Amino acid sequence: MGVASERLPGGKAKPGRLSGAWGSVRSEFNDPEKRTAYWMILPTTLIVLLVAAWPILYAVWLSLQRILPNTTEWVWFDNYAQMFADPVFYSALSNTFFFTVISVFFEFTLGLSIALALNKSFRGQGTARAIAIVPWAFPTVVSGAMWRLFYQDEVGIFAALASGLGYEGVILANDASVLIGAIVSDVWKTTPFVALLLLAGLQTIPGDVYEAARVDGATKWQQFTRVTLPLLKPAILVALLFRTLDAWRVYDLFWSMSDRQLDSLSTYVFEFVRVSQADFSIGNAAAVFVFVSSIVIAFVFVKVLGVRQEA
Amino acid sequence: MDDDNKQSALGRIGFWVGIVLFLIFTLFPLYWVLRMSLVSSDALFEKPSFGTIFSIPFDMSGKCNLFGLKFSCPPSYQTVLADDLYKDGLLNSLIIAGITTIVCLVVGSAAAYALARIEFVARKPVLSAVLAISFFPAVAIIAPLFIQFQSFGLLNTYWAAIIPDVMFALPLTVYLLVAYFRQLPADLEDAAKVDGANVWQAFYRVTIPLSAPGVVTTGLLTFIFAWNEFLFANTFLLEPKVQPATVIIPQFASIYTVDYGAQAAAALLMTVPLVIMVLFFQRRIVAGLTAGAVK
Repeated sequence: MGVASERLPGGKAKPGRLSGAWGSVRSEFNDPEKRTAYWMILPTTLIVLLVAAWPILYAVWLSLQRILPNTTEWVWFDNYAQMFADPVFYSALSNTFFFTVISVFFEFTLGLSIALALNKSFRGQGTARAIAIVPWAFPTVVSGAMWRLFYQDEVGIFAALASGLGYEGVILANDASVLIGAIVSDVWKTTPFVALLLLAGLQTIPGDVYEAARVDGATKWQQFTRVTLPLLKPAILVALLFRTLDAWRVYDLFWSMSDRQLDSLSTYVFEFVRVSQADFSIGNAAAVFVFVSSIVIAFVFVKVLGVRQEA
Repeated sequence: MDDDNKQSALGRIGFWVGIVLFLIFTLFPLYWVLRMSLVSSDALFEKPSFGTIFSIPFDMSGKCNLFGLKFSCPPSYQTVLADDLYKDGLLNSLIIAGITTIVCLVVGSAAAYALARIEFVARKPVLSAVLAISFFPAVAIIAPLFIQFQSFGLLNTYWAAIIPDVMFALPLTVYLLVAYFRQLPADLEDAAKVDGANVWQAFYRVTIPLSAPGVVTTGLLTFIFAWNEFLFANTFLLEPKVQPATVIIPQFASIYTVDYGAQAAAALLMTVPLVIMVLFFQRRIVAGLTAGAVK
């Protein structure tokens, strides 16, 4: 593909025409190479449109109706009103909120400490990094089932520890302790991954920046707060965005942690869709709520905190 | 970075304590679940103490039968390997994750090639859309998909899991492949085009073979993603004979109520193959997964 031919038709040719976007796409169909590009992205685009865009629009549409086996009634925002009046929804919301905030906090602070440690060169560094990837490979339900065994009151190691400390009884006795148990399990599974993300960011910081800071008399702490953190900011924000949105849709973990089903926003939706198949109108409202709140979270990260993803 | 002699002894001790704590926190749960799966149920119910915690009283009284191969093994493994529900679950996982991976690689590699190599107007918007999809909460679309799958008669078929799995794995596949394709110099493709190859031929005769390691890594990550998927399978697959292992595992807590060793063995058996592959491809996987964070 000659360099010249690549620059000519696409580029900055036609700004601000009325039919702008479509017009410039249309004109590209005359170039065989660009036409091929459109064929190449067609299947992916179709899948995304049919399996993501269409269902979400359908969900919004469904959330404005009450669907019963024989009748369908247009009710505007009544499903949302019912959802916001449901105490179970609030416990799902608060569980999801605390799970997200606490687990992301620990995953980030621990992950950053581990990343800083792994960034130094020491014997066994490669092995330590290899080990960090292992919990990430565990399916979330398996990690949940595993930790559930550790909390188990007859054979669980935590029960043994607790009885060593003088506490006899069931570990996952109430919602709060199930939530803490789920957070510990999530921190185990995900912290090493956050550490690897941040480590990759640390490795892009050139050593001479520290050299310059040291020459200027910066202490270790000043080097960390004035050099490391600002330069690491993009990696930190991407890691936080990733983890926050992932924690916000928590489902597998709450499902497998305990028989005492702890509700998250996702399990709340699921229960309407699967358990009460006759009427899942409120579930649709909750599904749209999860979707919109995820967009708001992403928006806050991208616009307010300034995450930039260059393609 | 700067291990100069100014670093205090206290700092060095703190550093090593941190590393050791990290390794214990990561590895001890793995060791413990492995131990649970290997010992007899008597040993399992013994209160662990510092004296016994690192000794594994193996119990090899079980008789395992794997593909007609008979050998002695811990009883927990005998239990789960004789469990048809679990074995079907593993097979279903393999089918669902395998087909998802193949579809994602075929569909995603073409898209990734166009996005990595060809300058066209839709490139940026499509890349951003693909990235945005990876933040999409899966639960938001289960109700509409449930209705659609029901009317197409797809509930309780592998496709009900494969279709949404493909959609959610595709961003990862495309994103990783774009990164791998970009690392490849364009000269070779240009040479092929001078020799009369069109874009498709340059793509599958030159780029794909040359980026084979990247394609394999991407395939492995896509496979792990699909293997670990739970929500869609749990929603659309209601019959045990089509459920993957992730859906079976949580049920074991109520099936093998007190056989904790069997629960541990079941959890490990479905993960160990992945962990081995991940360790084998460790460098490439870390590079691929973290590419997005440092770009």
